[in-house]
Amino acid sequence: MTRKIPIQATIGLILVAIASMAFGIYRGEVEIVLMKAINICMECIGLG
Amino acid sequence: MVKKAAAFRKFIQAGWGILTNAYVKGFLPGDPPIYKGPLKQFCVPGMNCYSCPGALGSCPIGSMQAVFDGRHRKFAFYVVGYLSLIGLIVGRFVCGWLCLFGLIQELLYKIPTPKLKVPEAIDKPLRYLKYVMLFVMVFALPFFVRSEYGVGAPFFCKYICPVGTLEGGIPLVLLNDAMRGTLGWLFRWKFLLLILCVLASIFIYRPFCKYICPLGAFYGLFQKVSLVRMQVDENACVNCGLCAKTCKMNVDPRKNPNSCECIRCRECINACPKNALSMIIREKKAADQPIQEGLRKESI
Repeated sequence: MTRKIPIQATIGLILVAIASMAFGIYRGEVEIVLMKAINICMECIGLG
Repeated sequence: MVKKAAAFRKFIQAGWGILTNAYVKGFLPGDPPIYKGPLKQFCVPGMNCYSCPGALGSCPIGSMQAVFDGRHRKFAFYVVGYLSLIGLIVGRFVCGWLCLFGLIQELLYKIPTPKLKVPEAIDKPLRYLKYVMLFVMVFALPFFVRSEYGVGAPFFCKYICPVGTLEGGIPLVLLNDAMRGTLGWLFRWKFLLLILCVLASIFIYRPFCKYICPLGAFYGLFQKVSLVRMQVDENACVNCGLCAKTCKMNVDPRKNPNSCECIRCRECINACPKNALSMIIREKKAADQPIQEGLRKESI
């Protein structure tokens, strides 16, 4: 069976990904990421 | 030509690793031990612990869990959207070219010892372990499991990730007396996992990427739809099998050029004596062409 994955599907998914990023930025997820990243993550390094 | 191409990839991998871990001050004793600037709002595309003293960006897997495991149990739209965007454009190209931990494993594999070929009966099911890591340790547990204070934990980072131990834990413990006094069972556990990973990397090509890495698993989901993809010219291919023999990720590009396991390192392209393999950017007209992996029996 031949499977076709149209490029339009990829473009559509790219737009969804961009919208997802924009929504995350809008509701303040960047600040959460920043707060986590500027403090030493004790769990990540095996001390937490 | 093949050697030049391999050296060029190593150069890019090393250059990217240095560029994204260029906070030299972090490696000096004293405070603050890690970079605290605005660049940490952005995730690097590969595995890179944000607690590494030199890290300038955030780890995407750690950031994802940081949003999931918060008190308000949010879905990580920002990070998932960002990683999806990368996956949709280049697939696992990041694994082959822009991951410092991938480079470290490749260098360990260069140590001249007999190399181990994992039997297919073990290798194939083990490949699914990274999807378990992604969906259970990165998505489900941080999202659903809460402490008595109502917060979750970054389960993958905390119990599994050897990248954090290597890039964050060991340098910070070496640079900081106070931290050395707090070492407990968790550090010993993670250190043991790191040792196992290092030892395995000497004998098996990129074992962490093949079997454990949730980021590779995530990007792998987009291999078949990404804009950048591998292509086989069936008219030029003489089925010599050199591409499959060359591939250290155990992919047969003739059967499945856009396998979820392919890290797009281009070694098969460089090895092909007939130039039958190429990496292309999909064009609109390609939508009407049958995609090759649908025509043949799929394999890893």
